Amino acid sequence: MKKSIFLMLMSLVAVALSAPVALAEEAAAAAATGAVDHSSIYSWVALGSGLGIGLAALGTGIGQGIAANGAVEGISRNPGASGKIMTTMIIGLAMIESLAIYALVVVLIMLFVNPYKIFAG
Amino acid sequence: MKEAPLFIQHGLQLGNWHVPPFIVYTWLVMGLLIVMSLMVRGSLKAIPGGLQNFVEMFIGGLRDFTINTMGPHGMDYFWLIGTAAFFVLLSNLIGVIPGFESPTANLNTTGACALVVFTATHVVGLQKHGLKYIKHFMGPVLWLAPMMFFIEIIGHMARPVSLSLRLFGNIKGEDLVVGILFLLVPFLIPSVMLGLAVFTSLVQTFVFCLLTMLYISGSMEHAH
Repeated sequence: MKKSIFLMLMSLVAVALSAPVALAEEAAAAAATGAVDHSSIYSWVALGSGLGIGLAALGTGIGQGIAANGAVEGISRNPGASGKIMTTMIIGLAMIESLAIYALVVVLIMLFVNPYKIFAG
Repeated sequence: MKEAPLFIQHGLQLGNWHVPPFIVYTWLVMGLLIVMSLMVRGSLKAIPGGLQNFVEMFIGGLRDFTINTMGPHGMDYFWLIGTAAFFVLLSNLIGVIPGFESPTANLNTTGACALVVFTATHVVGLQKHGLKYIKHFMGPVLWLAPMMFFIEIIGHMARPVSLSLRLFGNIKGEDLVVGILFLLVPFLIPSVMLGLAVFTSLVQTFVFCLLTMLYISGSMEHAH
């Protein structure tokens, strides 16, 4: 399993390193024609948004899986306490979910409030 | 992205003041809660029926939850917790109705709720302990006090931020997901997401009230 994770990470690094080459070509082409190119900054915003929320979902998935694992084991050992265990599990899931929500709020700010437009062009 | 048509889309215009839509919906939620309370209070019966039964179910559940979490002193703060619960629950749920917008889908409303809770915890702490409330920030050992003070202040400042952002992010995120699903598949799938939105509204109300109770009981207890 370690080798596949290594390969995935290397491909991600390759994509990230080749991004400026691909994006610079568009910017250079637009600048060569004399037009003002606003697309370069938005490409980075799109990349950052996708990666940000994706990584947040990854961490949340793992964390909530561990929480649900503990809850299911607890209920299987002691079915009488299932009410309390389920309540605690729901609270734990909401706490873990809030970390992904923080990442979602940052991504929403990047996409809709768009603070980077002052750097465009 | 196109906005969904709201009933009060551009807000109201009261003289010189342009009222944004989320404040108008807050007034709507306030009005609904006050009308419901007056209706129940006006006709209290020993054997309840209908609306009184429904409201008593909520308040009974909330009371048991409060006593479970905070102990018997918890009933002193039941007014704050009950208000927060009813307001947040109705505000979250009103966004599910097509054409209406949740007031809690706006950072201003949730920030206001979180600031009220933050102020309440410190006021309760000062009331109970007087100036010895500062011992809560000192940590277990005296010579660690400067470092612990800094850490505790940061932890306390993070509480209203996390409370407001959690509620805002959840409700706004649900709004956006339902809106985007309507753009993609207008036919049957959005109703599944609307069901999830109702569930999220309930869970977020529960978590908000639970955290309020934990913060207040944390500032009521004796320092380490």
